[in-house]
Amino acid sequence: MIEVKNLFKKFDGEYVLNDVSVKFEQGKCNLIIGRSGSGKTVLLKSIAGLIEVEEGEIWYDDQKFSHINMDSKQQIRKEMGMLFQGSALFDSLTVEENVLFPLDMFTSKTRGEKLDRVNFCLEKVKVSGTNNLYPAELSGGMQKRVAIARAISLNPRYLLCDEPNSGLDPETGIVIDNLIKELTVEYNMTTIVNSHDMNSVLEIGDKVVFIFNGCACWEGTREEVLKTDNEALNNFVFATNMAKQIKRN
Amino acid sequence: MRLLAQLGTYFLFMKRAVSRPEKHSILYRQTMREIEKVGIDSFGIVVIVSLFVGAVITIQTSFNIENPLLPKYLVGLTVRDSLMLEFSSTMIALILAGKVGSSIASELGMMRITEQIDALEVMGVNSVSYLILPRIIAAVLFFPILCLLSIFVGIAGGYLSCVLANVIPPADYIMGIQYAFYPYYISYAITKMVFFAIIITSVSSFYGYYVKGGAVEVGKSSTKAVVQSSILILLANLILTKTILQ
Repeated sequence: MIEVKNLFKKFDGEYVLNDVSVKFEQGKCNLIIGRSGSGKTVLLKSIAGLIEVEEGEIWYDDQKFSHINMDSKQQIRKEMGMLFQGSALFDSLTVEENVLFPLDMFTSKTRGEKLDRVNFCLEKVKVSGTNNLYPAELSGGMQKRVAIARAISLNPRYLLCDEPNSGLDPETGIVIDNLIKELTVEYNMTTIVNSHDMNSVLEIGDKVVFIFNGCACWEGTREEVLKTDNEALNNFVFATNMAKQIKRN
Repeated sequence: MRLLAQLGTYFLFMKRAVSRPEKHSILYRQTMREIEKVGIDSFGIVVIVSLFVGAVITIQTSFNIENPLLPKYLVGLTVRDSLMLEFSSTMIALILAGKVGSSIASELGMMRITEQIDALEVMGVNSVSYLILPRIIAAVLFFPILCLLSIFVGIAGGYLSCVLANVIPPADYIMGIQYAFYPYYISYAITKMVFFAIIITSVSSFYGYYVKGGAVEVGKSSTKAVVQSSILILLANLILTKTILQ
């Protein structure tokens, strides 16, 4: 479980996160949704420790993550996997070297054992056989899969995904979403997915948190998203005229 | 005030860079890669520039020493000392600041804006130590070799100009480069190059690592890295010359 308590973060004097408190549950896909600029990326990056918050606490199970020194932060991060919006694969390394990287860095396994793990992870995300290709030689969807393989190579307890299907067509996006969901259930991870894609919400949103103007203004399940009375959420979910009409009916 | 803040950030950055690496085997592997990138790949430019500059210094010195009372071998001596004392350390360092410095700053800048550095941090890797320390070690180890290579090739360039352009008799040139030779000049040149190596790699890395924005900012940081490194090299050259060449 990941819990954030009373988070505040401001840029240039303006609050981007304003007293955000949420619990993200283990074994579930927790979705953070909201329109662009609402603060969801700042929230996810704060949870990952890439942005330092002004006030509030972040807990990874019973370990405090906010306002601690770099060494303690790095220990917790070793149990964390993160999928970035642009995949963030190391472009000077091949697919195999990318997935091997965390294993090389933090395990003392033999080269053979590490390669077995790499191949297992690549197979899991269905991109086996791409070992010797460079990220630039892969499609956007394949890059996302390799990034997932790298994120899960150390069996993380926590998986953070920043807009995993941005830049992908809806069909590939759903495939990536389902992959994240599958891995979350299989490894019992606490997964947080940052998204503004309603397809993702309806496909994998076990728990949905709606961020509006830096506040967590609504929480519920994907079923409840469609039935809510929250006006801001309704404006976000039913953004098109057709969707608004369907909602009215 | 802004300068002080930047200086403070730089020293904290360097503190993180020289902290204990995660794994020594990875540091070794990265250092070997960087030796190839910052060192071996610079061989060509160092050889070409040194060869021509050696030849030009020989011709210019010969042109300026026309007094028959001054022996011809002074040309060789002047070329050797110019190369050892100034050109092969300071001028080569300025060239390397342009070539290596801009490459480091833009590579790290691109890694920053494509979130590759964030990915390292989230994995629990000390990204500063992982990315910067191998570059500093590689430059400190290899730039002095480039400096010695430059001295050797520059002297050879001077010799070639004697042979091909008949500037002075080659025998006089050979005598000049052997005359009044102080081995200390070599350690002086190498010491300077070690300092310059640290300046080039750390300043360029600093500007690349802290890039914010997009491609335009990467370009700007790359330019800033080269300009700041060059100014610091010239300043360090003055201080080092005053302190260690007395």
